[in-house]
Amino acid sequence: MTTSPPCYHCGLPVPAGSHYSIVIEGQARDLCCPGCEAVASAIVAGGLDGFYRYRERVNERPEQAQSLARWAAYDLPEVQQQFVHDWDGAHQMAALLVGGITCAACVWLIEKHLAHLAGVEKVSVNASTSRAQIVFDPAQVKPSQLFVALERIGYRPAPATAANRDNVIQTEHRAALRRLGVAGLGTMQVMMFAIALYFGAGTGDVGDFERFFRWVSLLVATPVVFYAAQPFFSAALRSLRARHLGMDVPVSLAIGLAYGASFYATVSGTGEVYFESISMFTFFLLLGRTVEMRARHRAGLASGGLAQLLPITVARYEGDEVVAVSIAALAEGDRILLCPGDTVPADGEVLEGESGVDESLLSGESALQRKSAGSPVYAGSVNGDSSLIVRVTAAGKFTRLSAIERLVERAQLEKPGQVALADRVAGAFVGIVLLAALGAFVLWWQLDASRAFWVALSVLVVTCPCALSLATPAALASATLRLQQLGLLVAGGNLLETLPRINRVVFDKTGTLTRGEPRIQRIELLRTGWDEQRVQEVAAALESQTRHPLARAFRAWRGNRLASQVRVHTGRGLEGLVEGVAYRLGRGDFAAEVDAAPPASVGQWILLADDSGPVAWIALGDALRASAREAVQQLHSLGLSVELLSGDQSGEVQRLAAQAGIDNFRAGASPEDKLAHLQHLQHRGERVLMVGDGLNDVPVLSGADASVAMMSAADLAQSRADAILLQGNLQVLPQSIALAYQCRRIVRQNLVWALGYNAVALPLAVCGLVPPWAAAIGMSASSLVVVLNALRLTRSGATIENTLSPLRGLGPGLTD
Amino acid sequence: MDSLYFLIPIAVLFVALAVKLFFWAVNNGQYDDLDTEGRRILFEDDVQDQSAADGDEER
Repeated sequence: MTTSPPCYHCGLPVPAGSHYSIVIEGQARDLCCPGCEAVASAIVAGGLDGFYRYRERVNERPEQAQSLARWAAYDLPEVQQQFVHDWDGAHQMAALLVGGITCAACVWLIEKHLAHLAGVEKVSVNASTSRAQIVFDPAQVKPSQLFVALERIGYRPAPATAANRDNVIQTEHRAALRRLGVAGLGTMQVMMFAIALYFGAGTGDVGDFERFFRWVSLLVATPVVFYAAQPFFSAALRSLRARHLGMDVPVSLAIGLAYGASFYATVSGTGEVYFESISMFTFFLLLGRTVEMRARHRAGLASGGLAQLLPITVARYEGDEVVAVSIAALAEGDRILLCPGDTVPADGEVLEGESGVDESLLSGESALQRKSAGSPVYAGSVNGDSSLIVRVTAAGKFTRLSAIERLVERAQLEKPGQVALADRVAGAFVGIVLLAALGAFVLWWQLDASRAFWVALSVLVVTCPCALSLATPAALASATLRLQQLGLLVAGGNLLETLPRINRVVFDKTGTLTRGEPRIQRIELLRTGWDEQRVQEVAAALESQTRHPLARAFRAWRGNRLASQVRVHTGRGLEGLVEGVAYRLGRGDFAAEVDAAPPASVGQWILLADDSGPVAWIALGDALRASAREAVQQLHSLGLSVELLSGDQSGEVQRLAAQAGIDNFRAGASPEDKLAHLQHLQHRGERVLMVGDGLNDVPVLSGADASVAMMSAADLAQSRADAILLQGNLQVLPQSIALAYQCRRIVRQNLVWALGYNAVALPLAVCGLVPPWAAAIGMSASSLVVVLNALRLTRSGATIENTLSPLRGLGPGLTD
Repeated sequence: MDSLYFLIPIAVLFVALAVKLFFWAVNNGQYDDLDTEGRRILFEDDVQDQSAADGDEER
């Protein structure tokens, strides 16, 4: 639209004729909209313009500020209970979830800005979890003021009600780090002693020094085994109880037996010790699992239940008075007031008023639904343009929203189960190793009874499943890291194992293939003397008074002209005065009495007219993401079918499908329809990757073999998806699939290597030919090879092209 | 060589100390946010402006 520099605050294009700007560091900077201007001036006014110097990424475009009255609800004691806790008697601590944090500079800005408020004692913000903890003096400052302060500098605050889950994550993370530290430091130390032992090992005699070194090694290795390796033991116990030989069983067996035997050897002064092997093995394994865990936690951060979607307080009528009450207090039969912009808190029936309600989260239909007395409204939808009085018919877990949640749970139960490849190999592997060790023991008992135990042990140690058990986690960890660099945050542990088996990709329309935001596509002028600029400004002035989703398309031109006496006619359009002239904007038959037909091309057309007739047609539409077409093409070239499944009714679906190059599309699907369609596909033997973002997609996301949610998606959708696409670049999808193919190849290489190594080492050990130093070197080397091989994934340019050629020759392999 | 009997326990003691220090750091939340803390030092260079701004507000 323009070649002027992008908005200094949010980086989006500045529309021509925009007069928003601000002086920062002695230079005038263009801004795109009043929201960015308000935020930037709040930052500069606070003396915090250094923020723009520090930040590494542009900010999110701020939403229009909410009314103070809305935040006031957070001062209610029963609401505060959920996120404000006592700190030290005189102070309280509020736990907030802050949306819009993009980099470390945001942390600085928030901390400095809040510290300016009187009564705020301490602020600490965690950029990786988007959590803020604010210690404040309740006598001087109220929580609502904290919310307002955060909103003024462009962040979206919300109470962090899921604090329990955060604590669990924090505890888990810290425990993992402590274990890793113990294993790492212990390994370094034991390795040093081991080198000394290796020199004496060849001589065969157990001298004083060697005995001493063994005791010291035992001392250092003991906490590694009993503290650091403890998760393996408990996991092994769990899997044994479930009558399943998982990877943790051989791992625990190797660590436990090698430690036990080394302990015995140290005490009795005979045989071999393996302390360094045990420690190093533990360290490597813990490292892989910690990286995996961190990735999982990071991705799950945005999660929250349905409760997060609903408002915390509700304006309920008590007699003739409107009182703010907690949503939990809402019951069937209550009368509630919904102002424009409010989220509907419960299912109900409209008693008074007429308004358009946005039900897109529930049904996927993007147009406002017209509601008047007697119409049903559903929890989770958003009231559009005017106030409604609603009688509650179902609250809490009886709402339609909760029904969707239950659908989600069912879909998750029915989700095709995935068992990790290494885990399946493990069962057989453990059996073979145990049999071999037993066989060696029996054999040597007859040949040389004194060596029987040591040979059996060396069989167990040399075949220690390190390489085998590292094969998958090491590859997964480095592939996960690589995906994160590409812009895909992996949450589900087995996404990488599922992706290569996908043969169909299903997109939801709104917000995935498209930007999820209406834009002005074209303007057809019908009157001379008008230009596009003037049409946009007049329309923006009228639209600035409503909360209709389409109004967002005009946001950039807002504020150039002023409108008054604007009246909204739901489902038809609006009328009002702009600079003294009466205009109507909306459907053709509404705006002008004439029977005007919109220009013949698809899209949503609205007409601007004044008293003397039509002025201009404006085409609004959701634009395809820049990357969509390319991404679809690449998916096709990977041999996948692509399908568009949308809840939207309009002919838009067809237009977008054609634009994106998708032949297969389906419109008007409800959440139930989508799930049914998905299960139909799965019954046909297809494996489906679902890409979606709305709440109506949540059941399908949960039920699909693999699922990706957009960053802009509803929280619930994000928490139920296997991965989150961070920058909205759809081309990351085919790239990720290519990387997953490569990851699978590397896992197989690792498994082949690990099993091959064991196949060579096992007979040698059974024959009693493996001295302890050789066992230790073999074991370490096999693990290192596996880790290094996995590391290739982190810097691989896994392109579609170089994935395709070897792939075709591979055919069905281990996994299929 | 006999000094080893003396030196190695000291080395082990140092490791124990290192572990204790590490535990202290972890429990203090020093590893909870690895993204921000490394950059925080860059932001503090205008502590001067900050106190000046605070002073302005109080007046």
